Amino acid sequence: MPENNNKAIIEVKNLTRKFGDLTAVDNISFSVKKGEVFAFLGPNGAGKTTTIKMLTTLLQPSSGEIFLSGHNVIENPSETRRSFGIVFQDPSLDNELTAYENLQFHAILYGLSKKVYAGRIEKLLDLVELKDRKDTFVKFFSGGMKRRLEIARGLLHHPKVLFLDEPTIGLDPQTRNHIWNYIYNLNKEEQVTIFFTTHHMEEVQKMAQRIVIIDNGKIIEQGTPDEIRAKAGTEDLEEAFIKLTGKEIREEKGDVSKNIMRTSNRMMR
Amino acid sequence: MNTIYILWIRQLKRFIRKKASLVGALGQPVIFLFALGFGLSPIYAKAGGGNYIQFIAPGIIAMTVLFTSIFTGVEIIWDKQFGFLKETFVAPVSRFQIFLGKTLGGMTVSVIQGILIFFITMIAGFRPISLAKLPLAFLFLLLIAFLFSALGTAIAARLDDMQGFPLIINFVIQPLFYLSGALFPVHGLPSILSFITKIDPLSYGVDGMRYALSGTNFFSPFVDFSVLVGISVVVVLVGLYQFSKIEL
Repeated sequence: MPENNNKAIIEVKNLTRKFGDLTAVDNISFSVKKGEVFAFLGPNGAGKTTTIKMLTTLLQPSSGEIFLSGHNVIENPSETRRSFGIVFQDPSLDNELTAYENLQFHAILYGLSKKVYAGRIEKLLDLVELKDRKDTFVKFFSGGMKRRLEIARGLLHHPKVLFLDEPTIGLDPQTRNHIWNYIYNLNKEEQVTIFFTTHHMEEVQKMAQRIVIIDNGKIIEQGTPDEIRAKAGTEDLEEAFIKLTGKEIREEKGDVSKNIMRTSNRMMR
Repeated sequence: MNTIYILWIRQLKRFIRKKASLVGALGQPVIFLFALGFGLSPIYAKAGGGNYIQFIAPGIIAMTVLFTSIFTGVEIIWDKQFGFLKETFVAPVSRFQIFLGKTLGGMTVSVIQGILIFFITMIAGFRPISLAKLPLAFLFLLLIAFLFSALGTAIAARLDDMQGFPLIINFVIQPLFYLSGALFPVHGLPSILSFITKIDPLSYGVDGMRYALSGTNFFSPFVDFSVLVGISVVVVLVGLYQFSKIEL
């Protein structure tokens, strides 16, 4: 569908979010085309997750506008919510429920009838290779299995946009590869727009059609992977990224207890 | 409707699967029932109060419901910490539905606990005054369970981790329980204590239960009913406001 390819499915205008004195996201504007695989990059604490939270209705912006699949995200959050799926940076499954029950919970929240979701759950579990673990409690899953289940869950209501916030964090190369292959096919076959963040530049090189790099809440560069490398004058994307965002190691700003929570959640995986 | 149902059923599944906490939650009321119930009963009888087990049983049932309701409400803090609340909040459902589903789930769990402890009080020798009034007792059980599940959910909306939990036990649950007239008659108290028991909503729950189960009461059952419903409405409104403010 080449005629659709130029249409923006996400449009962000002058988006700002402040936490007290700290401006986590500072007047950013960008757009994502329909069917695109879009990478949203930046060092730790750059404002990636804060931006995703605003795009997905979890956080109110201090100012600015967001349109997602034709909906005004700020004025019309509940309409927007049907049109995207999300895999959060931190795990978000109910460990005390089985894989099937987690998906069923999601399906009912999104208003799917049993006729619709029973079939889809079977198909998706098959796709992420968890069919035989359907009735296993999630607390017995490995990190990779949980991730695959979360991706299946994010797709259950057939979203137009799939947000993936560091989907491969803490996973082994096999699982990473598996997950990206799956996402690649999904984008090719179902034309689901993919919006992802990661710290693995080889994933960006392989997957992304367009990149936005954000640092200290501001967009510092955008373009295709080749354009970014050309602008930075480097051989590969990793070097370009370091050149653009500087060498010093970042500390995550914000709520200390939340960061501890984030770390401990990662360790529990 | 389906949203509320799935939130409710999730709560029930979690409850039924955690058998240890099911039994654990009954431990405290059982100790109270046997230690206080039998320990104080000779003095209570000598003071002309009659059968203390008969008096304290409705209070013990109310206590079970109070604790379980607030604990289940506060479970949302775990959902926050383990990320599950985000999954619920990005779904196309209103915070009102989420709040109500959570509250009804907590209510159901604590009503089940309340009924279990009711049978235990019968083993200890408690006898309800009339079978005809059992539905009324059940109504008061529901009201107490709903009110405090909503309160627990509302409190949890403000807390980010379980570090605040001892605070809830010591400054919410304990005062609500000990100052409610669950353990002692509200008649003839020193005026400050009397005042405090009258502003404690659990007093009205205990009083309503005691009216229906033991045939004694301090307020009228209509007052009990109205106060419980009125405060529930306030708690739901405040809780919804808190809930709408949650940012994850």
